[in-house]
Amino acid sequence: MKHLPHLEQQAAGGRARVAHTSNTAASALVRLTVIRIWKEDDILLDKAFKATVSSDVWKVHCTHGGEPVVLFQRGAVRLLDSLLAAPQQPIEEVLAQEEAIRWSAIIVTETQQFIIITTEQKGEHFLYLQRLNPNSVQRYRLEREEPGLSPLSFSATYRDKHICLLYLYPNGHVYQSVLSVRGLGTEEGVQALPLPRSLLLGLPVGDGQLEAASAMALDEAHVAVVGVPHPSAGGGKGSLSFQLLGADGGLYDFGRALCLHSTVTGLTVPSHNFIAVYNLKTSLWSYSNKVFIPHGKTLSIIPFECPKSSLASALGKLKHTKTEESKTPNSVPSWNNILHGEKAQPSKSAETRRTRMTRKSQSTTNLTTDQVLELIKTAPVEEIQKEVEGFLTRAEFQDLQPSVGQLALTLVSRSLADPAFYSSSTLAQLVHTRCLCHSVCPDLVLLALEKKDYFLCQLCLQFFPDIPEAVTCACLKAFISIPDVDAEKVSLEPDSVEFMENLITRDRAEAGLQNGFSPTSSVVNDHQTRAEDVKKASAPSQLICPVGLHKAVLINEILQTPYSDTFLLPHLKDLSSQHVVLFLQYLQFLYLKYSQDAFPQMEGFRSPSLSQIMDWVCLLLDAHFTVLVMTPEAKGLLLNLHSFVKSQVRLVSELGKIEGSLQELHKMKAKESIGQYSIEIIELF
Amino acid sequence: MGEFKVHRVRFFDYIPSAIRTMAFNSQTERLAVARADGAVEIFNFNDNFFQEKVIPGQDGRAIEALCWVGHRLFSAGLNGEITEYDLENLRPQYTVDAYGGPIWTISSNSQGTQLAVGCEDGTVKIFAILEERIQFQRNLNRHKGRIISLCWHPSIKTEMELLVDRATGASKNKEVVVWSVGYLSDHTIISGDSAGKVQIWNGLTGTLVRTYLVTKWDVLVLSVSKDESSVIAGTSEGTVIQFQFISSTVDQHDKEWVRTRTFRNHSHDVSALAHTDTAVVSGGMDTQLVVRPLLDKVEKNTQESALRKIAFPHRSLVGCAKKAGLLLFQFPDRLELWKLGESEGHGKPGDRLPVKRKPEKLIELKRKGEDHICCSALSACGGWLAYSTVSNVRLYRIQYSNTISINKVSKLPKELRSVHQLCFSSDSSKLFASSCQSSVIVVAVSQQECRYLHTLKHKTGSRQPVHLLCASDDGKWLATANTDCEIHIYNLHKMKLHCMVPVYNSCPTTIAIHPVTNNLISVHADQQIFEFSLVQKEYTQWSRRLQTQGLLSLWLERDTPITHITFNPKNLDHIILHDTYMFCIIDQSLPFPELNAVLWNQMTLKSLPVSQRIGQSHAFKICKSFQHLMCVSLLEDLSLVVVERPLLDIMSQLPAPVRQKKFAT
Repeated sequence: MKHLPHLEQQAAGGRARVAHTSNTAASALVRLTVIRIWKEDDILLDKAFKATVSSDVWKVHCTHGGEPVVLFQRGAVRLLDSLLAAPQQPIEEVLAQEEAIRWSAIIVTETQQFIIITTEQKGEHFLYLQRLNPNSVQRYRLEREEPGLSPLSFSATYRDKHICLLYLYPNGHVYQSVLSVRGLGTEEGVQALPLPRSLLLGLPVGDGQLEAASAMALDEAHVAVVGVPHPSAGGGKGSLSFQLLGADGGLYDFGRALCLHSTVTGLTVPSHNFIAVYNLKTSLWSYSNKVFIPHGKTLSIIPFECPKSSLASALGKLKHTKTEESKTPNSVPSWNNILHGEKAQPSKSAETRRTRMTRKSQSTTNLTTDQVLELIKTAPVEEIQKEVEGFLTRAEFQDLQPSVGQLALTLVSRSLADPAFYSSSTLAQLVHTRCLCHSVCPDLVLLALEKKDYFLCQLCLQFFPDIPEAVTCACLKAFISIPDVDAEKVSLEPDSVEFMENLITRDRAEAGLQNGFSPTSSVVNDHQTRAEDVKKASAPSQLICPVGLHKAVLINEILQTPYSDTFLLPHLKDLSSQHVVLFLQYLQFLYLKYSQDAFPQMEGFRSPSLSQIMDWVCLLLDAHFTVLVMTPEAKGLLLNLHSFVKSQVRLVSELGKIEGSLQELHKMKAKESIGQYSIEIIELF
Repeated sequence: MGEFKVHRVRFFDYIPSAIRTMAFNSQTERLAVARADGAVEIFNFNDNFFQEKVIPGQDGRAIEALCWVGHRLFSAGLNGEITEYDLENLRPQYTVDAYGGPIWTISSNSQGTQLAVGCEDGTVKIFAILEERIQFQRNLNRHKGRIISLCWHPSIKTEMELLVDRATGASKNKEVVVWSVGYLSDHTIISGDSAGKVQIWNGLTGTLVRTYLVTKWDVLVLSVSKDESSVIAGTSEGTVIQFQFISSTVDQHDKEWVRTRTFRNHSHDVSALAHTDTAVVSGGMDTQLVVRPLLDKVEKNTQESALRKIAFPHRSLVGCAKKAGLLLFQFPDRLELWKLGESEGHGKPGDRLPVKRKPEKLIELKRKGEDHICCSALSACGGWLAYSTVSNVRLYRIQYSNTISINKVSKLPKELRSVHQLCFSSDSSKLFASSCQSSVIVVAVSQQECRYLHTLKHKTGSRQPVHLLCASDDGKWLATANTDCEIHIYNLHKMKLHCMVPVYNSCPTTIAIHPVTNNLISVHADQQIFEFSLVQKEYTQWSRRLQTQGLLSLWLERDTPITHITFNPKNLDHIILHDTYMFCIIDQSLPFPELNAVLWNQMTLKSLPVSQRIGQSHAFKICKSFQHLMCVSLLEDLSLVVVERPLLDIMSQLPAPVRQKKFAT
């Protein structure tokens, strides 16, 4: 029980409620009107502190960081300490006649404790939100579902100063209501406010209704539902199943998730247990990424993981979604796809699906995800590379999403733990699947940076839509400080290199050679000598790229990463002034290149746009202006930047004028159709 | 001022001929331009780029090269002949056959003693330049291909550099033609070729020093500045690229040829180039002559630094019979006589009236012979039409009854042979023709006969051709102007010289005699306006006031000359004149604009109430509604005739350029 300090257990058929708390180091058992308290280190049943109270107790609520609270059957709430001080104090009746508590929970916020009670009175359901210290209560009326349907389960969570209440009806509808903890207590009383709700999820329940089910919010994006019969199994035999709902609309079969995780955690739950044993009073807890499901004499503990990748790619800061969308097939398994696919064959149960899956993986004599994962933990780099490659080639895209994340995670964690182990190509392969994103594997980019694997960095920057600004900045810092010699050794994505090469060497093409010949056909391959050549020639009009080719390519990747200014600015300030000057010089170089040569945006090449360049210039200046002003070597640069801002302003104003004139022209055009001959009247003044 | 009914005419299908080659004479500051039809034009760069002389073309005279030797102008062409021009009588003086097939290039040595021509058969022939003629001296060794371009070394007496067109270039399977070469005193040779390259060679060692790929198409022509510090190259793309001999960095002394500037002023091939001390002059297929000042050589933001495009000739190609409402259009090979249309009803300013009768082409008269028409005239009544080529004059009688009949007057006096300018008296009884040595031949024209009356001569000794002729309405006076800037007044009653207008240092671009006051109005290439009283033989008060107060700089900076003046018979104070981009009515009764006043003030005046207009208005009423004007004239019924020739219409009739320059490509 040590890792389950908040477990509240309702014993089957018993009339006792137990609360356990770690901060008081005591356990309290209540028998209706008697409260007994034990010390944790001395749990002889006889040695108990007993107190008899004047009204029936419903439950003793206790939670981490809060005082134990006693909830009486008639709705009154007392802190345990104050109750014990005067056990016989009168307890008021909050609930009306024939109103009975159905469910209660305690919520602890930063400053306050709340008790949430749901009650039923003549088929109507109410919700009480009771605030403690100072006490106040607000009563809400739940909207009616179809007649005769009562909520099967409630679950309350607190986040962002709001209490989210999730409740499930037998018809499979999961509703969410959001209660503010602020606007409480202004109007105390029995005046029941209607509780606004939103339909979060409609589980398919087939012909009948759910007999017993429980829903619980795991995080803001995922909901676990346990119930009987299986919501998607139709009306046939009763089965217990679990589902995770992603906020992006994806539904994750919990049974499968269990399978995936069972070997990792070492917990195996025979599948028949799920089907055979169930209790009408199904309930569900979660703690520390595990779901606890008591049924009968068994307690199932199922570790889970909320796959964030789907959320990120659906809602992430994907700035260039439009261009990429055509390329990448939708990597997020859609709720509807799964649903309709299964609706077409209603007889298929979770069980058959699972066996089908194993059959499929067995038919090819290759390793399953779990085996690959095991392999990664121990095997040498080459073998891992081979196996992962094999796995990727045969895996279905739908299945790839979670497994790629796990593979990457495991690889990264091994690399972190074992400095000698690092498999660059495997990671690159995984990134190339485009199923990965930063949220799934947050250490990957930093690991690549640490290992100086700039190619992987480039890939990550290219494919991850959700790299945090801090990491972007770290990459930038690392890229800028690579010595040019090292940078040239790195092999990078050829397309981006080619783009940069073109940009740098463009106007060199027409320079002739002393007594040489055919300058048009001579393309010097070695850019390094060419770069030196540029420096030697040092014609003042010629632009010299302030950084080496590969470094420029890497920085270009940074320029194209999506970001938001507010988050990026603080991290940008960490750059040293030399780095800032160099970076600014490079940006200026790019800008001049783009604007001077009327540079055609090369089709097919990933290249930073002019506006991206300008945005970065602005950001850098914002972050470092005061420092730059004081730096003597930045003076010329700032003057240049100033002059090109000025020229931009002038250009824009001129363009405005042109626009005006063009509009005038447009207006004039209507009457302008002079033929070969006309007779007109003019007037001179 | 009032309303005018305007006949807006756009059916004059004038297409200038493409510029083939040009030569600049830096001593006299004259530019000779040869056009594809064989015409040679002389522009005076000292006098606002005024087109002083035009030597009409001839069928089959395809000039390929021009060459100045002192004041003498030579040309050579694909007809295999070398021609020297008589610049006083505006015609070829003599031609010499080189007997080497078509001639592609001609060049004289720096001493002006020898002329070298490059021929189709691969020979270079040297001619000695003698007084009055040239004489064949010798042949140089024959080469395999034709000689496209040759160039003398500037200082060494006997040496000559030539390049043949069969140089093999970068790509082996393509023949490269060197279109043009330049030879500098330090033995540097510069070549421009059909591979689009400008190459700089060391002439002593024969090695290539530097190659500039400047175009995807051909480099057609090169021109070296006099001080040899700059070379310009013209390409088929319509660009002109400048190379300068400068040190690449500030401190270094070793200079090299560096590509510096690119000018894009042409839509088609640049086939002719001249490098003056201060400007790049270019011309080509798109028929416009462009003078692009080099901004490091001229003062910025002055008239001198402005780009000039000369699209139309600086003389009138349109004749107007004011009484009959007829227009005469002069083409090199034909004349067209049009009757203007009629409208009905009235309209308010800005309206376009319905055309009741469309304009009608009455006569299209093809010239005879192979010489092109150099001048033409239509009498005010429309009954007489005359035109001239370098070899003869033709006079026609036109009768309008139900049908139009045109009869050539068969017997013309023998004095009327080669004339530069023709003009009828206002009563159509006399024809004036300017002839050799600034003389004017007077011929009486009547139904029965055409009789020589007199030859008017002046005494200044100027032999330059008369380019302007103008007779007064009362038939008493005749004014002539020649390219020595002299204006002579003849008394036609006495048939002798009356007086000479004081010589102004800019050439008159048009002259006219006022129908009532008999004052002579002259406008000059520098845009100055003078009024000279013929009776009192002095400048009028108005003219003196104008000179004292001065013309506005905006007026003086216009870059096309005034080419025609007419008067308003209903309002004697009105002088109507025009250049290419505007026409102007000068009201002599109104004050001149103050120096800080707005010259184009029509819009301001329009917006003011009538009472305030008088205070704001000044003598120059300028209308810019009509553009690319070939002629503005006032008919007897007080309606204006405006002949426009939009440049876009000309452009649309040119062949497609090699590379269409599109925006943002």
